[in-house]
Amino acid sequence: MIIRFFHQMGSPRYFYNVAGKLVPWFMVSFLITLVFGLYYGLFVAPPDYQQGESYRIMYIHVPSAWMSMFIYVVMAVSGLISLVWRIKMTEIVVISSATVGASFTFLALATGSLWGKPMWGTWWVWDARLTSELILLFLYLGIIALHSAIEDKRVAARAVSILALVGVVNIPIIHYSVEWWNTLHQPASVTKFDKPSMDMSMLIPLLTMAISFKLYYGAVVLMRARAEIVERERNSRWVQEMVEQEAK
Amino acid sequence: MSTLSLTSAFSLLLKRDLVLAYRRRSELINPMLFFVLVTAMFPLGIGNDPKLIEAVGPGVVWVAALLASLLSLDSMFRSDFEDGSLEQFMLSAHPVSILVLAKILAHWLVTGLPLFIVAPLLAVLLNIPTSAIPTLMLTLILGTPVLSLIGSVGVALTVGLRRGGVILSLLVLPLYVPVLIFGTDAVKTAIIGIPTTAQISILGAMLVGSLVLAPMATAASLRISLS
Repeated sequence: MIIRFFHQMGSPRYFYNVAGKLVPWFMVSFLITLVFGLYYGLFVAPPDYQQGESYRIMYIHVPSAWMSMFIYVVMAVSGLISLVWRIKMTEIVVISSATVGASFTFLALATGSLWGKPMWGTWWVWDARLTSELILLFLYLGIIALHSAIEDKRVAARAVSILALVGVVNIPIIHYSVEWWNTLHQPASVTKFDKPSMDMSMLIPLLTMAISFKLYYGAVVLMRARAEIVERERNSRWVQEMVEQEAK
Repeated sequence: MSTLSLTSAFSLLLKRDLVLAYRRRSELINPMLFFVLVTAMFPLGIGNDPKLIEAVGPGVVWVAALLASLLSLDSMFRSDFEDGSLEQFMLSAHPVSILVLAKILAHWLVTGLPLFIVAPLLAVLLNIPTSAIPTLMLTLILGTPVLSLIGSVGVALTVGLRRGGVILSLLVLPLYVPVLIFGTDAVKTAIIGIPTTAQISILGAMLVGSLVLAPMATAASLRISLS
């Protein structure tokens, strides 16, 4: 049963159809959770006793930062699968995820520096977390650049898979070395803020936003994967038949 | 081919690459010259205040070493890729990762070791106290092979590309961060006079780790680039 499911998902045509049916569901549930999370986070949740209203950027910032790491792990896992079992669909997941991941990383950095200006009085500090997030952005950009530089997209997908795996081995090392470097060279007084145990009224919108972003990622990856499939399989019969039917 | 043992294949390849490098001696000098030049540019850029130069010295030497290593990476597989001998390595009966290791070793001996040799001179130029020079040399001899090993993965991925150079730096530089951090930090600690065992041990661990993992990733990448 499960094996049959995976076998079918490996076929581009089947994946294309299933993904097409799933996208609206992801989109609708994304919008519902987004509206709920944003409303709850921006209007219902109480202001922070120390940071006032400006803490509310956290409802975008924290889920984006989570997504930036989550997507990289998804890429590395699907990269491993596509290298070992040569499954076309996981290759497509790797490359469709890269731009979304880079966008979330950028969003996390941008919202972080917007928050940092009123809180720390500066747009940027070489804090451990900021620095590793910046390096993560460079890793994403490297993957995107490598993928667009290789003409043959199947070769590109495998090259990118290897790069994602090398990156995932290095990310913990980079993270801990940056932390070491940070604690030695910078007083931690300004940059470290102790996370207070969060109140339920703040936690609920945060988790809702996290789920909402995951649903958005799901929708976007499926849409991009569908576009990629049609482009790759443009010479196959089912794609041509489908295009002809659309044209009628 | 089958009569050739793995060790002799390794040493033959190493010898071949060293002879090739020796016949193009000008290329041998270039990374070293680049290293010296970049380092000399920094005092010109930041001013000649000895205190300031001393403070940034270890970082400057390491960033220059990073750039010099990056600049020379491209030649690691380039000529072998162009004349087709890389494909012959793929076809040989020996594991590609071991053959790749021979090439990386040769590349490091040609481009990494010279950096190690001129480093004391640069240390003097940058007011790094004599007591910290052994530490600087030690970090360089542990760190530059890591740069070559990590870099080899990036080169293997970009060797088939026409404009691989810029992409190569985008792929490789973020992965160089840990080496830079611990290399610089060891030297800075040594200048103050505190023992640097921790940083040196971590650099050693990075060397051992990349020695095991990088050739495999490089071999897999080469297979993809040549397919």
